[in-house]
Amino acid sequence: MKLTRTMTLAATVALAIGAGQAQAQYSDGTIKIGVLTDMSSLYTDLSGAGSLLAARLAAEDFGAAAKGMKVEFVNADHQNKADVGSAVARQWYDVDKVDVIVDTPNSGVALAVNQITKEKNKVFLVSGAASSDLSGKACSPNTIHWTYDTWLLANGTGNAIVKTGGDSWYFLTADYAFGHALEGDTEAVVLKNGGKVLGKVRHPLNTADFSSFLLQAQASKAKIIGLANAGGDTTNSIKQAAEFGIVRGGQNLAGLLVFLTDVHALGLQTAQGLIFTETWYWDMNDNNRAFAKRMATANKGIHPTMIHAGVYSAVTHYLKAVEALKSDADGGAVVKKMKDTPTNDPLFGQGSIRQDGRKIHPAYLFEVKKPAESKAPWDYYKLRATIPAEQAFRPVTEGNCPLVRG
Amino acid sequence: MFDFLGIPPQALFGQLLLGLINGSFYAMLSLGLAVIFGLLNIINFTHGAQYMMGAFGAYFLLQYLGLSYWWALIISPLVVGFSGVVIERLMLKHLYRLDHLYGLLLTFGLALITEGMFRNEFGSSGQPYRIPDQLLGGNNLGFMFLPNYRAWVVVASLTVCLGTWYVIERTKLGSYLRAATENPTLVQAFGINVPRMITLTYGFGVALAAFAGVLAAPIYQVAPQMGSNLIIVVFAVVVIGGMGSIMGSILTGFGLGVIEGLTKVFYPEASNTVIFVIMALVLLVKPAGLFGRTT
Repeated sequence: MKLTRTMTLAATVALAIGAGQAQAQYSDGTIKIGVLTDMSSLYTDLSGAGSLLAARLAAEDFGAAAKGMKVEFVNADHQNKADVGSAVARQWYDVDKVDVIVDTPNSGVALAVNQITKEKNKVFLVSGAASSDLSGKACSPNTIHWTYDTWLLANGTGNAIVKTGGDSWYFLTADYAFGHALEGDTEAVVLKNGGKVLGKVRHPLNTADFSSFLLQAQASKAKIIGLANAGGDTTNSIKQAAEFGIVRGGQNLAGLLVFLTDVHALGLQTAQGLIFTETWYWDMNDNNRAFAKRMATANKGIHPTMIHAGVYSAVTHYLKAVEALKSDADGGAVVKKMKDTPTNDPLFGQGSIRQDGRKIHPAYLFEVKKPAESKAPWDYYKLRATIPAEQAFRPVTEGNCPLVRG
Repeated sequence: MFDFLGIPPQALFGQLLLGLINGSFYAMLSLGLAVIFGLLNIINFTHGAQYMMGAFGAYFLLQYLGLSYWWALIISPLVVGFSGVVIERLMLKHLYRLDHLYGLLLTFGLALITEGMFRNEFGSSGQPYRIPDQLLGGNNLGFMFLPNYRAWVVVASLTVCLGTWYVIERTKLGSYLRAATENPTLVQAFGINVPRMITLTYGFGVALAAFAGVLAAPIYQVAPQMGSNLIIVVFAVVVIGGMGSIMGSILTGFGLGVIEGLTKVFYPEASNTVIFVIMALVLLVKPAGLFGRTT
């Protein structure tokens, strides 16, 4: 009897010491997550405060506190400038002891942070940025590209459009890393399917007036005007294309990257009929709807975009890996653990992460509803096709990622 | 037919016309800035935010009161202009005797606060605003499709700009205004209420910005940052035209719109820098601006 009690006591003490040790291995005792995003400009609604919120919800649902993991958040506005983003990333890693940076819309900024993260051996979980280079020639043992990329958008949307007769294209491209990547990936798809590209025009990021560019596109007589831009640039292009009678003149618009918040900003009257590819939509199942409800109440009614969902999913998987390793100190090791473990979360279901850092899950081709078809606020999409996970992303051998060859 | 640097003439005419349309906004905004600077000696950095408030005014009127675009065109500038009067009475009037820098800092701060508040409330994607039914559609001019609404913007802008120029340069009221700029004490001695005149002038300049905002609402998204994107260009326009010159700012506004439009064809990547290149060149050659007087 006495022996049992002593044993129990010893076990408890051992457990307490063990737990104490485990906790001590998190650098500074805390897991510090930095949400680096656009908090003031054209990508704020589709990422921004919603991404910070999604990361917090992920930690909350993971039960980090109950498991003795102390998770802290910081966030910053990169103003869509690679130099500002880099400065924040260095400051976070060097001074503020941030362990992982998440989200980061704007491929220019993301590619810079990708490099710094590798130098400092931390972790970079990309949800917002699109350039397929992040899992291609710029791939890194410290980065996971989570939600979507330009190859996926180009193939999902491009294939569907070329196959229904849209075989001549003109591109309106945002003049920076993301636009170039999206244009290049889409052009490859168009050419592969026997279509042709009649011309392209590159506009500065955050342009207000697109009429001049649209007129050039109109003059090209291309059947499809491909919008290789995002956020406010896309909504302004679509709005002004309607004004200049482009669709009535027989040409069609292909929004290569359209988010839920863009459709909301345009209104269904203008956006109806647009076809595009996304990897997540709030109204697809009960889990998504429950998440959307939580997000919307805390974020001025804005329903979550796929970027927000991606942040949630990525942070969840990160915390799992850190819990399993009982350490967040070695960024490369954490990412390796994340790659070795199959992903599973309420929003994206089961999936996996490839050697090149590409997270794999299905994608969906959506069409924007007509105003009459929409039954509730934010009821905007109908599903046209599902692209299975194994076809959604670029084959691992075609990305020129050094991690794969080596 | 002839080609100009590889661009077919149809496309060229189209781009010239579009440049004129964009120039309308530059002209209206830089006019307001010029009027305010001319009479108050204040560099009004809140101008972009006031333009944005004008557009949001139109959105609110439609959304909450069901008032059409045409009402908004009158009511929104009046309301925003009144907010300008309040700002002038409460804050700006204390700064006239100080260096330009103080007015600039105050108005810049106000602009940041206003934009931040709108962004917090309405997000960054903006709100949709429909083109009024009467101006839907457009005409095929042969070389381009001209939406009726854009044609209306040019007409409205020209009317307002020339009207303002006429009032300031050719009427008795305008002569008081100009005299008050030169020597306020003397004009006051003639029994004219100069402080009130200055207040109303600021209100008018602000109302001009709001008017431009209402005109812009159906073309662009009604978004909190719509003003800050434009205002820097407009400042360059004012600098090129010559600070305080009324006709100068109108002509430069339209002219630079056209130059920017052409850049969008020949070298689109430079379309948002070309105006600043011109500004640098003009400052090198004529530091007072194209139409400015050196004092």
